[in-house]
Amino acid sequence: MSLGLYIARRLVALVPTLLLVSVLIFSLQQLLPGDPALALAGEDHDPAAVAAIRAKYHLDRPLVVQYRIWLGNVLRGDFGESLRNRIPVSELLASKLPVTVELAVCSMLVALLLGLPAGVLSATRKGTPLDFTANLVALSGLSVPHFWLGIMLILLFAVRLGWLPASGYATPWEDPLRNLTTLLLPSIVLGTGVAGVMMRHTRSAMMQTLDADYVRTARAKSVPERLVVLKHALRNALIPIITLGAIEFGRLLSGAVLTEQIFNIPGFGKLLVDGVFNRDYAVVQAVVLVSAALYVLLNLLADVLYFVANPRMRGGA
Amino acid sequence: MTSARRFQVVQRLVRRPATVIAAAVVVAFIGIALGAAHLAPFEPTATDFSAVRKPPSAVHLLGTDEVGRDVLSRLIWGARASLMAGVIPVTLAVSLSIPLGLLSGYAGGWLDSWMMRLNDAMLAIPFLIVAIALAAFLGPSLRNAMIAIGIASLPTFLRLARGTVLALKTEDYVEAARALGCSRPRIAGRHILPNMLPPLIIQTSIAVASAIIAEASLAFLGLGQQPPAPSWGSMLNAAQRYLSQAPWMALYPGLTIFAIVMALNVLGDGLRDALDPRYY
Repeated sequence: MSLGLYIARRLVALVPTLLLVSVLIFSLQQLLPGDPALALAGEDHDPAAVAAIRAKYHLDRPLVVQYRIWLGNVLRGDFGESLRNRIPVSELLASKLPVTVELAVCSMLVALLLGLPAGVLSATRKGTPLDFTANLVALSGLSVPHFWLGIMLILLFAVRLGWLPASGYATPWEDPLRNLTTLLLPSIVLGTGVAGVMMRHTRSAMMQTLDADYVRTARAKSVPERLVVLKHALRNALIPIITLGAIEFGRLLSGAVLTEQIFNIPGFGKLLVDGVFNRDYAVVQAVVLVSAALYVLLNLLADVLYFVANPRMRGGA
Repeated sequence: MTSARRFQVVQRLVRRPATVIAAAVVVAFIGIALGAAHLAPFEPTATDFSAVRKPPSAVHLLGTDEVGRDVLSRLIWGARASLMAGVIPVTLAVSLSIPLGLLSGYAGGWLDSWMMRLNDAMLAIPFLIVAIALAAFLGPSLRNAMIAIGIASLPTFLRLARGTVLALKTEDYVEAARALGCSRPRIAGRHILPNMLPPLIIQTSIAVASAIIAEASLAFLGLGQQPPAPSWGSMLNAAQRYLSQAPWMALYPGLTIFAIVMALNVLGDGLRDALDPRYY
């Protein structure tokens, strides 16, 4: 199967999934206790105002019609208006998403720098104290509540040592240095979790490739061990790791909710939490929908990368 | 599983000291949650304005919080909310996933394909985002947090249960039972169901760990257990405001969550090694 055809097929298969996601997200609104028009009106219980809201949001129409109108708007990029700021939700999304993407990229760098070498070392020194320690650290990285780790790092590096700012954010073009210093701690917080997963996967993938016949052949040809590990074993072990990387990147985009909250970073996660507390449901729905779409697309990217990196996938199909 | 195989599994579990320690930690936490009334030195909600934000001492082993409540007592009582939020939603998710997985995997056809499409849609929304969105729309409380976590955990279990059913359907002993004329419900109940459990058990340990973190996260955001009832997540939320004056308020709840989650993950790893299908 050609790559183009493979991607096209997968994209078509995504349509029903995303449609169902949109139905689920739309129906969240129905969970709201009481009349949504009253909830939207807030303190203002003036019947005229409530009726105006009912008409504006088509709440007086049947559910199916409401869904169709909502979906039609969403597909045109219109997610409604934020109740709090009175600006289009799509503008909010466009301004917050780059921040979260930057944070996810930095966290991924931390994860790769820690997880890959640790996994390789652990696999080549299987059963040694180093392997044991690396495994223990990786499991701790997976188990630690990240928001707590964030609080502890703020306590140490901002409150006690005063080396780094405790919170805030500056865009790279406003103040590049401040941008880096404000993102360092949150990237470490998010990166350690991914590094744990990365290390465990790298270790098991490396152990498999180190057992393979071609590695034995390379060793028999007296290829230096360093080259055997890096060129023969690691290069082949990278296939599952790349796929994992894409999936984990998708999780980082949505997983930064509490970290952004703690470090006061104006990203996607903070937008969601602020939306929840301001009862700004259009914002909440939009963030959930966009997160789900990004997550699904990155999962697709993971499969495409796997397809590209693994020639066997193309041969048989 | 025959009794000889069960013995093998137990043997493999016990051979790893890390698994035994992890199991002991989990049991200890359950004991603490059950015996909170007897173990806690103070009432978890009793305020004492003469002992506000006092560092750990002989009286208050882990210090006091911003209104003079004993941190240790709140941690002990908080174990109830956390373990409940870890166990109840996951139990619900597992018990729903078994019949639904059997139905989907065994019936096949349009029912299976629609159930799986819905499941994929639910899986597409990241776990914590589902939990936060649901908790937000349902309103903040421990019960709603548990409902949110349960719904968010269901798709993973359902996919696992269905996948296992599909794999088991092609096993020789299932073929044999069918050839002998067993009815479909009998095959499903007697031959497939018992063998579905090992992968679900492994996933349970990890899912409880995620659920505990999710409850702590929701409580941290104010969407879980409501004050003044104690919960580890809300203790951390309060602690954030007093980081420089009272770091112990943040240190101990986090360490407690870390300990139980780590123990559950180690237990999950141990169970995976012991119950690995390759050993059957």
